[in-house]
Amino acid sequence: MGKKGLIPIAFLLLLLFPFFLPRFYVYLSSLILIHGLLATSLNFVLGFGGMYQFHHCVFYGVGGYTTALLLTKTSLSPFLAFLAAPFASAILSILMGVICVRLSKLYFGMLQISLGSLVWAIVYRWYSFTGGDDGIHGIPIPHLLASTNSAYYFTLVITALSMFAMYRMLVSPFGKTLQGIRDNPVRCEMIGVNVKLHQLLALIIAGFFAGVAGMLFVIVDTTVFPEMLFWTLSLEVLIMCLVGGWFTFFGPLLGAAILIILRTIISTYTVYWALVLGVIMTLIIFFLPNGILGYIEEKLKRG
Amino acid sequence: MLEVKGVSKSFDGFMAVSRANLTVNKGEMVAVIGPNGAGKTTLFNLISGILKPDSGRIIYKGEDITFLSPYEIFRKGICRSFQIVNVFQRLTVFENVQLSVLSREKKTWNLLMPAKKFYVDETERILEQVGLKEKRDTVAGFLSHGEQKILEIAIALGGKPEFVILDEPTAGMSPEETVMCMELIKKLRHEMDLTILFCEHDMDVVFGYADRIMVMVRGETVIEGTCDEVRCDTLVQEAYLGVSDE
Ligand SMILES: Nc1ncnc2c1ncn2[C@@H]1O[C@H](COP(=O)(O)OP(=O)(O)OP(=O)(O)O)[C@@H](O)[C@H]1O
Ligand SMILES: [Mg+2]
Repeated sequence: MGKKGLIPIAFLLLLLFPFFLPRFYVYLSSLILIHGLLATSLNFVLGFGGMYQFHHCVFYGVGGYTTALLLTKTSLSPFLAFLAAPFASAILSILMGVICVRLSKLYFGMLQISLGSLVWAIVYRWYSFTGGDDGIHGIPIPHLLASTNSAYYFTLVITALSMFAMYRMLVSPFGKTLQGIRDNPVRCEMIGVNVKLHQLLALIIAGFFAGVAGMLFVIVDTTVFPEMLFWTLSLEVLIMCLVGGWFTFFGPLLGAAILIILRTIISTYTVYWALVLGVIMTLIIFFLPNGILGYIEEKLKRG
Repeated sequence: MLEVKGVSKSFDGFMAVSRANLTVNKGEMVAVIGPNGAGKTTLFNLISGILKPDSGRIIYKGEDITFLSPYEIFRKGICRSFQIVNVFQRLTVFENVQLSVLSREKKTWNLLMPAKKFYVDETERILEQVGLKEKRDTVAGFLSHGEQKILEIAIALGGKPEFVILDEPTAGMSPEETVMCMELIKKLRHEMDLTILFCEHDMDVVFGYADRIMVMVRGETVIEGTCDEVRCDTLVQEAYLGVSDE
Protein backbone atom coordinates (compact mmCIF):
# COMPACT_ATOMS: atom_id res chain seq x y z
CA MET A 1 0.00 0.00 0.00
CA GLY A 2 1.37 3.37 -1.00
CA LYS A 3 1.66 6.54 1.01
CA LYS A 4 -1.64 7.72 -0.43
CA GLY A 5 -3.44 4.86 1.31
CA LEU A 6 -2.64 6.40 4.67
CA ILE A 7 -4.79 9.45 4.03
CA PRO A 8 -8.24 7.79 4.05
CA ILE A 9 -7.20 5.73 7.06
CA ALA A 10 -6.12 8.85 8.94
CA PHE A 11 -9.35 10.54 7.94
CA LEU A 12 -11.46 7.63 9.21
CA LEU A 13 -9.54 7.65 12.46
CA LEU A 14 -10.16 11.37 12.83
CA LEU A 15 -13.88 10.77 12.22
CA LEU A 16 -13.91 8.40 15.17
CA PHE A 17 -12.16 10.75 17.60
CA PRO A 18 -15.32 12.07 19.29
CA PHE A 19 -16.40 8.52 20.10
CA PHE A 20 -13.49 7.75 22.40
CA LEU A 21 -11.84 11.09 23.26
CA PRO A 22 -12.95 13.34 26.13
CA ARG A 23 -14.41 16.67 25.13
CA PHE A 24 -11.29 18.68 25.84
CA TYR A 25 -9.26 16.51 23.47
CA VAL A 26 -11.85 16.82 20.74
CA TYR A 27 -11.59 20.59 21.14
CA LEU A 28 -7.80 20.30 21.02
CA SER A 29 -8.04 18.22 17.84
CA SER A 30 -10.12 20.99 16.27
CA LEU A 31 -7.41 23.49 17.17
CA ILE A 32 -4.76 21.26 15.63
CA LEU A 33 -6.75 20.95 12.40
CA ILE A 34 -7.29 24.71 12.24
CA HIS A 35 -3.63 25.51 12.83
CA GLY A 36 -2.64 22.73 10.45
CA LEU A 37 -4.79 24.33 7.76
CA LEU A 38 -3.33 27.74 8.59
CA ALA A 39 0.24 26.41 8.41
CA THR A 40 -0.49 24.56 5.16
CA SER A 41 -1.84 27.75 3.63
CA LEU A 42 1.34 29.57 4.69
CA ASN A 43 3.45 26.79 3.26
CA PHE A 44 1.66 27.17 -0.07
CA VAL A 45 3.65 30.37 -0.56
CA LEU A 46 6.57 29.62 1.79
CA GLY A 47 7.75 26.11 0.99
CA PHE A 48 6.22 25.88 -2.47
CA GLY A 49 6.43 29.52 -3.52
CA GLY A 50 9.67 30.60 -1.86
CA MET A 51 8.01 33.76 -0.53
CA TYR A 52 8.83 34.77 3.02
CA GLN A 53 5.34 35.60 4.18
CA PHE A 54 6.44 36.26 7.77
CA HIS A 55 3.15 37.69 8.97
CA HIS A 56 0.71 35.19 7.58
CA CYS A 57 -1.75 35.04 10.46
CA VAL A 58 -3.05 38.51 9.57
CA PHE A 59 -5.25 36.76 7.04
CA TYR A 60 -6.33 34.24 9.67
CA GLY A 61 -7.28 37.05 12.06
CA VAL A 62 -9.10 39.03 9.41
CA GLY A 63 -11.06 35.92 8.43
CA GLY A 64 -12.00 35.32 12.06
CA TYR A 65 -12.99 38.92 12.70
CA THR A 66 -15.03 39.05 9.49
CA THR A 67 -17.13 36.09 10.59
CA ALA A 68 -17.33 37.34 14.18
CA LEU A 69 -18.41 40.86 13.24
CA LEU A 70 -20.97 39.66 10.73
CA LEU A 71 -22.43 37.25 13.29
CA THR A 72 -22.60 39.79 16.11
CA LYS A 73 -23.35 43.07 14.32
CA THR A 74 -25.58 42.05 11.44
CA SER A 75 -28.54 39.79 10.96
CA LEU A 76 -26.96 38.19 7.93
CA SER A 77 -27.37 34.45 7.60
CA PRO A 78 -24.52 32.65 9.43
CA PHE A 79 -23.79 30.77 6.25
CA LEU A 80 -22.89 34.07 4.54
CA ALA A 81 -20.85 35.14 7.57
CA PHE A 82 -18.77 31.98 7.20
CA LEU A 83 -18.44 32.37 3.47
CA ALA A 84 -17.39 36.01 3.74
CA ALA A 85 -14.28 35.23 5.82
CA PRO A 86 -12.05 33.71 3.12
CA PHE A 87 -13.09 36.38 0.64
CA ALA A 88 -12.26 39.19 3.06
CA SER A 89 -8.85 37.59 3.62
CA ALA A 90 -8.33 37.16 -0.09
CA ILE A 91 -9.11 40.81 -0.71
CA LEU A 92 -6.62 41.85 1.96
CA SER A 93 -4.13 39.50 0.27
CA ILE A 94 -4.61 41.32 -3.00
CA LEU A 95 -3.99 44.70 -1.36
CA MET A 96 -0.92 43.59 0.57
CA GLY A 97 0.30 41.34 -2.20
CA VAL A 98 0.28 44.06 -4.84
CA ILE A 99 2.51 46.16 -2.61
CA CYS A 100 4.83 43.42 -1.28
CA VAL A 101 5.32 41.33 -4.40
CA ARG A 102 7.48 44.04 -5.93
CA LEU A 103 10.19 43.11 -3.46
CA SER A 104 11.87 39.76 -3.13
CA LYS A 105 13.10 37.45 -0.40
CA LEU A 106 13.77 39.13 2.95
CA TYR A 107 12.65 42.55 1.74
CA PHE A 108 9.31 41.03 0.87
CA GLY A 109 9.14 39.54 4.36
CA MET A 110 10.03 42.77 6.14
CA LEU A 111 7.46 44.81 4.24
CA GLN A 112 4.87 42.12 4.81
CA ILE A 113 5.52 42.17 8.57
CA SER A 114 5.18 45.95 8.63
CA LEU A 115 1.90 46.01 6.74
CA GLY A 116 0.57 43.09 8.77
CA SER A 117 1.41 44.85 12.01
CA LEU A 118 -0.49 47.84 10.74
CA VAL A 119 -3.59 45.68 10.34
CA TRP A 120 -3.06 44.32 13.83
CA ALA A 121 -2.76 47.87 15.22
CA ILE A 122 -6.05 48.85 13.60
CA VAL A 123 -7.85 45.84 15.08
CA TYR A 124 -6.21 46.45 18.46
CA ARG A 125 -7.05 50.17 18.62
CA TRP A 126 -10.48 50.32 17.05
CA TYR A 127 -12.30 49.67 20.30
CA SER A 128 -15.79 50.55 19.24
CA PHE A 129 -15.74 48.24 16.23
CA THR A 130 -13.49 45.30 17.08
CA GLY A 131 -13.62 45.31 20.86
CA GLY A 132 -9.94 46.30 21.00
CA ASP A 133 -7.72 44.17 23.19
CA ASP A 134 -10.74 42.40 24.71
CA GLY A 135 -11.77 40.96 21.40
CA ILE A 136 -15.29 39.59 20.96
CA HIS A 137 -16.64 36.79 23.12
CA GLY A 138 -19.67 34.58 23.15
CA ILE A 139 -20.23 34.83 19.42
CA PRO A 140 -23.57 33.23 18.57
CA ILE A 141 -22.97 30.10 16.54
CA PRO A 142 -25.85 28.38 14.72
CA HIS A 143 -27.33 25.62 16.81
CA LEU A 144 -26.24 22.93 14.40
CA LEU A 145 -22.54 23.72 14.95
CA ALA A 146 -22.61 24.81 18.56
CA SER A 147 -21.55 21.58 20.28
CA THR A 148 -17.89 20.62 20.57
CA ASN A 149 -18.42 17.52 18.46
CA SER A 150 -20.34 19.14 15.65
CA ALA A 151 -17.83 22.00 15.52
CA TYR A 152 -15.11 19.36 15.30
CA TYR A 153 -16.80 17.54 12.42
CA PHE A 154 -17.39 20.76 10.56
CA THR A 155 -13.73 21.70 11.04
CA LEU A 156 -12.58 18.27 9.93
CA VAL A 157 -14.60 18.30 6.72
CA ILE A 158 -13.75 21.89 5.77
CA THR A 159 -10.06 21.37 6.56
CA ALA A 160 -9.95 18.18 4.51
CA LEU A 161 -11.64 19.87 1.55
CA SER A 162 -9.34 22.89 1.77
CA MET A 163 -6.24 20.73 1.99
CA PHE A 164 -7.42 18.71 -0.99
CA ALA A 165 -8.00 21.88 -2.99
CA MET A 166 -4.54 23.20 -2.14
CA TYR A 167 -2.96 19.87 -3.00
CA ARG A 168 -4.65 19.84 -6.40
CA MET A 169 -3.42 23.36 -7.07
CA LEU A 170 0.14 22.45 -6.15
CA VAL A 171 0.29 19.59 -8.64
CA SER A 172 -1.38 21.65 -11.37
CA PRO A 173 0.61 23.54 -14.01
CA PHE A 174 0.20 26.63 -11.87
CA GLY A 175 1.60 24.82 -8.83
CA LYS A 176 4.58 23.53 -10.78
CA THR A 177 5.21 27.00 -12.12
CA LEU A 178 5.08 28.36 -8.60
CA GLN A 179 7.70 25.84 -7.52
CA GLY A 180 9.79 26.79 -10.51
CA ILE A 181 9.60 30.41 -9.42
CA ARG A 182 10.68 29.37 -5.94
CA ASP A 183 13.73 27.58 -7.33
CA ASN A 184 14.75 30.16 -9.87
CA PRO A 185 12.69 33.27 -10.54
CA VAL A 186 15.16 34.65 -13.07
CA ARG A 187 15.07 31.54 -15.21
CA CYS A 188 11.28 31.49 -14.98
CA GLU A 189 11.15 34.99 -16.35
CA MET A 190 13.46 33.86 -19.14
CA ILE A 191 11.15 31.06 -20.22
CA GLY A 192 8.27 33.47 -20.45
CA VAL A 193 6.57 33.26 -17.06
CA ASN A 194 5.16 36.45 -15.57
CA VAL A 195 6.69 35.85 -12.14
CA LYS A 196 5.05 38.64 -10.14
CA LEU A 197 1.52 37.84 -11.31
CA HIS A 198 1.90 34.16 -10.48
CA GLN A 199 3.24 35.08 -7.06
CA LEU A 200 0.30 37.38 -6.49
CA LEU A 201 -2.23 34.67 -7.31
CA ALA A 202 -0.41 32.30 -4.93
CA LEU A 203 -0.60 34.90 -2.16
CA ILE A 204 -4.32 35.34 -2.76
CA ILE A 205 -4.90 31.58 -2.55
CA ALA A 206 -2.83 31.35 0.65
CA GLY A 207 -4.73 34.26 2.19
CA PHE A 208 -8.04 32.71 1.20
CA PHE A 209 -7.36 29.47 3.06
CA ALA A 210 -5.94 31.31 6.06
CA GLY A 211 -9.32 33.06 6.12
CA VAL A 212 -11.06 29.67 6.11
CA ALA A 213 -8.97 28.70 9.16
CA GLY A 214 -9.92 31.95 10.91
CA MET A 215 -13.60 31.30 10.27
CA LEU A 216 -13.28 27.77 11.69
CA PHE A 217 -11.67 29.15 14.83
CA VAL A 218 -14.71 31.31 15.49
CA ILE A 219 -16.98 28.28 15.25
CA VAL A 220 -14.81 26.17 17.54
CA ASP A 221 -13.91 28.81 20.11
CA THR A 222 -16.76 31.36 19.75
CA THR A 223 -14.23 34.16 20.34
CA VAL A 224 -11.85 36.39 18.45
CA PHE A 225 -9.04 38.47 19.93
CA PRO A 226 -6.24 40.64 18.53
CA GLU A 227 -3.55 38.01 19.29
CA MET A 228 -4.99 36.10 16.33
CA LEU A 229 -3.17 38.55 14.11
CA PHE A 230 -0.19 39.36 16.31
CA TRP A 231 3.23 38.57 14.87
CA THR A 232 4.05 35.99 17.55
CA LEU A 233 1.34 33.70 16.21
CA SER A 234 2.76 34.16 12.71
CA LEU A 235 6.13 33.10 14.05
CA GLU A 236 4.60 30.03 15.66
CA VAL A 237 2.88 29.06 12.40
CA LEU A 238 6.16 29.55 10.57
CA ILE A 239 7.84 27.23 13.05
CA MET A 240 5.08 24.65 12.49
CA CYS A 241 6.04 24.62 8.81
CA LEU A 242 9.75 24.30 9.54
CA VAL A 243 9.33 21.61 12.21
CA GLY A 244 7.03 19.48 10.08
CA GLY A 245 8.91 20.01 6.86
CA TRP A 246 8.37 22.97 4.59
CA PHE A 247 9.09 21.14 1.35
CA THR A 248 6.43 18.53 2.08
CA PHE A 249 2.68 18.89 1.79
CA PHE A 250 1.68 17.39 5.14
CA GLY A 251 4.66 18.70 7.08
CA PRO A 252 2.93 21.86 8.33
CA LEU A 253 -0.06 19.85 9.60
CA LEU A 254 2.31 17.55 11.46
CA GLY A 255 4.18 20.57 12.82
CA ALA A 256 0.91 22.07 14.04
CA ALA A 257 0.01 18.86 15.85
CA ILE A 258 3.41 18.65 17.51
CA LEU A 259 3.51 22.26 18.62
CA ILE A 260 -0.03 22.39 19.94
CA ILE A 261 0.28 19.13 21.84
CA LEU A 262 3.62 20.21 23.29
CA ARG A 263 2.26 23.59 24.29
CA THR A 264 -0.67 22.00 26.04
CA ILE A 265 1.56 19.64 27.99
CA ILE A 266 4.33 22.08 28.73
CA SER A 267 2.19 25.00 29.81
CA THR A 268 0.90 22.90 32.72
CA TYR A 269 4.48 22.79 34.04
CA THR A 270 6.03 26.09 33.06
CA VAL A 271 5.15 29.51 31.70
CA TYR A 272 8.27 29.60 29.52
CA TRP A 273 6.59 28.22 26.39
CA ALA A 274 8.42 30.73 24.19
CA LEU A 275 11.73 29.45 25.55
CA VAL A 276 10.82 25.84 24.80
CA LEU A 277 9.71 26.87 21.34
CA GLY A 278 13.06 28.56 20.76
CA VAL A 279 14.94 25.42 21.79
CA ILE A 280 12.81 23.20 19.52
CA MET A 281 13.42 25.58 16.65
CA THR A 282 17.18 25.58 17.18
CA LEU A 283 17.33 21.79 17.37
CA ILE A 284 15.31 21.40 14.19
CA ILE A 285 17.43 23.87 12.25
CA PHE A 286 20.61 22.11 13.29
CA PHE A 287 19.57 18.49 13.01
CA LEU A 288 16.61 18.36 10.62
CA PRO A 289 16.86 21.35 8.30
CA ASN A 290 14.11 19.89 6.09
CA GLY A 291 11.83 19.21 9.05
CA ILE A 292 10.55 15.90 10.39
CA LEU A 293 8.51 14.81 7.40
CA GLY A 294 11.21 16.04 5.05
CA TYR A 295 13.68 13.82 6.88
CA ILE A 296 11.38 10.81 6.70
CA GLU A 297 10.75 11.30 3.00
CA GLU A 298 14.46 11.51 2.35
CA LYS A 299 15.01 8.27 4.26
CA LEU A 300 12.26 6.52 2.32
CA LYS A 301 13.67 7.65 -1.01
CA ARG A 302 17.16 6.53 -0.18
CA GLY A 303 15.70 3.20 0.96
CA MET B 1 18.50 36.06 -39.08
CA LEU B 2 19.98 38.02 -36.19
CA GLU B 3 21.78 41.31 -36.52
CA VAL B 4 23.49 43.15 -33.70
CA LYS B 5 24.33 46.66 -34.83
CA GLY B 6 26.71 48.83 -32.84
CA VAL B 7 25.38 47.77 -29.46
CA SER B 8 26.92 49.27 -26.30
CA LYS B 9 26.31 48.65 -22.63
CA SER B 10 28.12 50.21 -19.70
CA PHE B 11 27.96 49.44 -15.99
CA ASP B 12 28.70 52.55 -13.93
CA GLY B 13 30.86 54.01 -16.68
CA PHE B 14 32.60 50.71 -17.41
CA MET B 15 32.03 49.72 -21.03
CA ALA B 16 31.26 45.99 -20.86
CA VAL B 17 30.10 45.93 -24.48
CA SER B 18 31.01 48.73 -26.83
CA ARG B 19 29.76 49.07 -30.39
CA ALA B 20 29.60 45.32 -30.88
CA ASN B 21 28.52 44.00 -34.27
CA LEU B 22 27.40 40.52 -35.09
CA THR B 23 25.45 38.81 -37.84
CA VAL B 24 24.06 35.31 -37.64
CA ASN B 25 22.45 33.79 -40.72
CA LYS B 26 19.78 31.13 -40.66
CA GLY B 27 21.15 27.67 -39.98
CA GLU B 28 24.57 28.88 -38.98
CA MET B 29 26.53 28.02 -35.88
CA VAL B 30 28.42 31.11 -34.76
CA ALA B 31 30.92 31.31 -31.92
CA VAL B 32 31.83 34.36 -29.88
CA ILE B 33 35.28 34.16 -28.37
CA GLY B 34 37.27 36.47 -26.20
CA PRO B 35 39.20 36.52 -22.91
CA ASN B 36 37.48 36.49 -19.51
CA GLY B 37 35.52 39.65 -18.99
CA ALA B 38 35.42 40.46 -22.70
CA GLY B 39 31.67 40.98 -22.53
CA LYS B 40 30.38 37.78 -24.09
CA THR B 41 27.82 37.04 -21.42
CA THR B 42 26.78 40.68 -21.38
CA LEU B 43 26.23 40.56 -25.14
CA PHE B 44 24.07 37.44 -24.76
CA ASN B 45 22.12 39.13 -21.99
CA LEU B 46 21.49 42.06 -24.29
CA ILE B 47 20.21 39.83 -27.08
CA SER B 48 17.97 37.82 -24.77
CA GLY B 49 16.50 40.93 -23.20
CA ILE B 50 17.84 40.57 -19.66
CA LEU B 51 19.76 43.81 -20.19
CA LYS B 52 18.84 46.81 -22.31
CA PRO B 53 21.59 48.39 -24.38
CA ASP B 54 22.60 52.05 -24.01
CA SER B 55 22.79 52.39 -27.76
CA GLY B 56 22.58 50.26 -30.89
CA ARG B 57 19.96 47.95 -32.33
CA ILE B 58 19.21 44.27 -32.31
CA ILE B 59 17.24 42.98 -35.27
CA TYR B 60 15.73 39.49 -35.42
CA LYS B 61 14.07 38.34 -38.65
CA GLY B 62 13.82 41.94 -39.75
CA GLU B 63 12.10 43.02 -36.55
CA ASP B 64 13.60 45.33 -33.94
CA ILE B 65 13.77 43.39 -30.66
CA THR B 66 16.14 45.75 -28.86
CA PHE B 67 13.76 46.70 -26.09
CA LEU B 68 11.55 43.65 -25.81
CA SER B 69 11.38 41.94 -22.42
CA PRO B 70 12.97 38.51 -21.90
CA TYR B 71 9.70 36.62 -22.16
CA GLU B 72 8.67 38.39 -25.35
CA ILE B 73 12.01 37.42 -26.86
CA PHE B 74 11.52 33.85 -25.63
CA ARG B 75 8.17 33.76 -27.40
CA LYS B 76 9.84 34.91 -30.62
CA GLY B 77 11.78 31.64 -30.55
CA ILE B 78 15.07 32.83 -29.11
CA CYS B 79 15.93 30.56 -26.18
CA ARG B 80 19.13 30.41 -24.21
CA SER B 81 21.14 28.46 -21.70
CA PHE B 82 23.35 29.94 -19.03
CA GLN B 83 27.04 29.84 -18.24
CA ILE B 84 26.35 29.15 -14.57
CA VAL B 85 23.89 26.31 -14.08
CA ASN B 86 20.47 27.85 -13.89
CA VAL B 87 17.94 25.04 -13.55
CA PHE B 88 15.04 24.41 -11.16
CA GLN B 89 16.88 22.61 -8.38
CA ARG B 90 13.95 21.01 -6.56
CA LEU B 91 11.92 19.99 -9.59
CA THR B 92 12.52 16.73 -11.39
CA VAL B 93 14.28 16.64 -14.75
CA PHE B 94 10.94 16.04 -16.43
CA GLU B 95 9.30 18.97 -14.64
CA ASN B 96 12.18 21.28 -15.53
CA VAL B 97 11.63 20.76 -19.24
CA GLN B 98 7.86 20.52 -18.96
CA LEU B 99 7.73 23.92 -17.29
CA SER B 100 9.38 25.46 -20.29
CA VAL B 101 6.83 23.84 -22.59
CA LEU B 102 3.91 24.84 -20.34
CA SER B 103 5.09 28.41 -20.37
CA ARG B 104 5.49 28.47 -24.14
CA GLU B 105 1.94 27.15 -24.52
CA LYS B 106 0.66 29.67 -21.93
CA LYS B 107 -0.75 26.94 -19.68
CA THR B 108 0.86 28.12 -16.44
CA TRP B 109 -2.40 29.57 -15.13
CA ASN B 110 -4.20 26.24 -15.16
CA LEU B 111 -5.08 25.46 -11.53
CA LEU B 112 -7.40 22.54 -11.85
CA MET B 113 -5.80 19.73 -13.81
CA PRO B 114 -2.81 17.67 -12.71
CA ALA B 115 0.31 18.91 -14.47
CA LYS B 116 1.55 15.40 -15.14
CA LYS B 117 -0.92 15.05 -17.99
CA PHE B 118 0.42 18.02 -19.94
CA TYR B 119 2.79 17.71 -22.91
CA VAL B 120 4.18 14.38 -21.76
CA ASP B 121 5.12 13.26 -25.27
CA GLU B 122 6.89 16.45 -26.23
CA THR B 123 8.79 16.68 -22.95
CA GLU B 124 9.87 13.06 -23.13
CA ARG B 125 10.96 13.50 -26.71
CA ILE B 126 13.23 16.38 -25.71
CA LEU B 127 14.65 14.34 -22.83
CA GLU B 128 15.31 11.49 -25.23
CA GLN B 129 17.04 13.80 -27.70
CA VAL B 130 19.44 15.14 -25.10
CA GLY B 131 19.93 11.74 -23.47
CA LEU B 132 18.38 12.47 -20.10
CA LYS B 133 15.50 10.03 -20.43
CA GLU B 134 16.85 7.69 -17.76
CA LYS B 135 17.01 10.58 -15.32
CA ARG B 136 13.41 11.60 -15.96
CA ASP B 137 12.32 11.51 -12.31
CA THR B 138 15.56 12.58 -10.69
CA VAL B 139 15.47 15.87 -8.83
CA ALA B 140 17.59 18.31 -10.83
CA GLY B 141 19.73 19.28 -7.85
CA PHE B 142 20.97 15.68 -7.60
CA LEU B 143 22.30 15.55 -11.17
CA SER B 144 26.01 15.79 -11.88
CA HIS B 145 27.33 19.12 -13.09
CA GLY B 146 27.58 17.86 -16.66
CA GLU B 147 24.01 16.57 -16.60
CA GLN B 148 22.77 19.88 -15.25
CA LYS B 149 24.45 21.70 -18.13
CA ILE B 150 22.63 19.37 -20.55
CA LEU B 151 19.36 19.95 -18.71
CA GLU B 152 20.10 23.64 -19.10
CA ILE B 153 20.00 23.14 -22.88
CA ALA B 154 16.90 20.93 -22.65
CA ILE B 155 15.00 23.72 -20.88
CA ALA B 156 15.91 26.05 -23.72
CA LEU B 157 14.63 23.48 -26.22
CA GLY B 158 11.28 23.39 -24.42
CA GLY B 159 10.62 26.82 -25.90
CA LYS B 160 10.59 25.28 -29.41
CA PRO B 161 13.35 27.65 -30.45
CA GLU B 162 14.59 28.51 -33.87
CA PHE B 163 17.50 30.41 -32.46
CA VAL B 164 19.48 29.09 -29.51
CA ILE B 165 22.03 31.01 -27.49
CA LEU B 166 24.40 28.84 -25.47
CA ASP B 167 26.65 30.60 -22.98
CA GLU B 168 29.65 28.32 -22.48
CA PRO B 169 27.66 25.09 -22.78
CA THR B 170 30.66 23.00 -21.75
CA ALA B 171 31.90 25.15 -18.84
CA GLY B 172 33.24 22.95 -16.07
CA MET B 173 33.00 19.72 -18.07
CA SER B 174 35.73 17.15 -18.43
CA PRO B 175 37.30 16.82 -21.91
CA GLU B 176 35.22 13.70 -22.61
CA GLU B 177 32.03 15.39 -21.48
CA THR B 178 32.90 18.41 -23.60
CA VAL B 179 33.14 16.32 -26.74
CA MET B 180 29.89 14.55 -25.93
CA CYS B 181 28.13 17.82 -25.27
CA MET B 182 29.33 19.43 -28.50
CA GLU B 183 28.35 16.35 -30.51
CA LEU B 184 24.94 16.56 -28.91
CA ILE B 185 24.61 20.21 -29.87
CA LYS B 186 25.64 19.37 -33.42
CA LYS B 187 23.06 16.59 -33.58
CA LEU B 188 20.30 18.81 -32.16
CA ARG B 189 21.19 21.51 -34.61
CA HIS B 190 20.47 19.23 -37.54
CA GLU B 191 17.51 17.41 -36.01
CA MET B 192 15.72 20.57 -34.94
CA ASP B 193 16.96 22.88 -37.64
CA LEU B 194 18.48 25.32 -35.17
CA THR B 195 20.52 28.43 -35.61
CA ILE B 196 23.08 28.57 -32.83
CA LEU B 197 25.09 31.32 -31.20
CA PHE B 198 27.50 30.16 -28.53
CA CYS B 199 30.62 31.14 -26.69
CA GLU B 200 33.38 28.91 -25.55
CA HIS B 201 36.92 29.14 -24.24
CA ASP B 202 38.26 25.93 -25.71
CA MET B 203 39.76 26.85 -29.11
CA ASP B 204 39.64 23.29 -30.45
CA VAL B 205 35.91 23.21 -29.80
CA VAL B 206 35.40 26.59 -31.39
CA PHE B 207 37.34 25.85 -34.55
CA GLY B 208 35.92 22.35 -34.72
CA TYR B 209 32.25 23.26 -34.57
CA ALA B 210 31.66 26.88 -35.53
CA ASP B 211 30.85 28.02 -39.07
CA ARG B 212 31.90 31.53 -38.26
CA ILE B 213 33.56 33.28 -35.35
CA MET B 214 33.27 36.70 -33.78
CA VAL B 215 36.16 37.82 -31.60
CA MET B 216 35.48 40.20 -28.74
CA VAL B 217 38.05 42.01 -26.68
CA ARG B 218 37.15 44.56 -24.04
CA GLY B 219 33.62 44.75 -25.32
CA GLU B 220 34.54 45.50 -28.91
CA THR B 221 34.20 43.36 -31.99
CA VAL B 222 37.74 42.76 -33.18
CA ILE B 223 36.90 40.63 -36.18
CA GLU B 224 34.02 38.63 -37.54
CA GLY B 225 34.70 35.95 -40.11
CA THR B 226 35.15 32.31 -41.00
CA CYS B 227 37.43 30.09 -38.96
CA ASP B 228 40.29 30.49 -41.40
CA GLU B 229 39.98 34.24 -41.57
CA VAL B 230 40.04 34.46 -37.80
CA ARG B 231 42.92 32.05 -37.43
CA CYS B 232 45.06 34.05 -39.84
CA ASP B 233 44.26 37.45 -38.47
CA THR B 234 47.34 38.87 -36.79
CA LEU B 235 45.33 41.24 -34.68
CA VAL B 236 43.49 38.34 -33.12
CA GLN B 237 46.65 36.41 -32.49
CA GLU B 238 48.14 39.35 -30.69
CA ALA B 239 45.04 40.48 -28.88
CA TYR B 240 43.70 37.16 -27.85
CA LEU B 241 44.97 33.83 -29.04
CA GLY B 242 48.59 34.54 -28.24
CA VAL B 243 48.07 36.29 -24.94
CA SER B 244 45.31 34.36 -23.28
CA ASP B 245 46.23 31.03 -21.77
CA GLU B 246 42.75 29.66 -22.28
N1 LIG C 1 25.81 43.46 -13.81
C1 LIG C 1 27.07 43.94 -13.92
N2 LIG C 1 27.47 45.02 -13.21
C2 LIG C 1 28.72 45.50 -13.32
N3 LIG C 1 29.67 44.97 -14.11
C3 LIG C 1 29.33 43.89 -14.83
C4 LIG C 1 28.03 43.32 -14.78
N4 LIG C 1 28.00 42.26 -15.62
C5 LIG C 1 29.22 42.17 -16.16
N5 LIG C 1 30.04 43.15 -15.70
C6 LIG C 1 31.41 43.38 -16.11
O1 LIG C 1 31.42 43.45 -17.51
C7 LIG C 1 32.57 42.77 -18.02
C8 LIG C 1 32.14 41.76 -19.02
O2 LIG C 1 31.52 40.68 -18.32
P1 LIG C 1 30.97 39.40 -19.05
O3 LIG C 1 30.39 38.53 -18.00
O4 LIG C 1 30.08 39.81 -20.15
O5 LIG C 1 32.28 38.74 -19.62
P2 LIG C 1 32.47 37.35 -20.33
O6 LIG C 1 33.11 37.63 -21.63
O7 LIG C 1 31.21 36.58 -20.35
O8 LIG C 1 33.52 36.66 -19.37
P3 LIG C 1 33.70 35.11 -19.00
O9 LIG C 1 34.51 34.52 -20.09
O10 LIG C 1 34.44 35.15 -17.72
O11 LIG C 1 32.36 34.52 -18.86
C9 LIG C 1 33.32 42.20 -16.83
O12 LIG C 1 34.41 43.04 -16.55
C10 LIG C 1 32.31 42.23 -15.72
O13 LIG C 1 32.95 42.48 -14.49
MG1 LIG D 1 30.55 34.84 -19.53
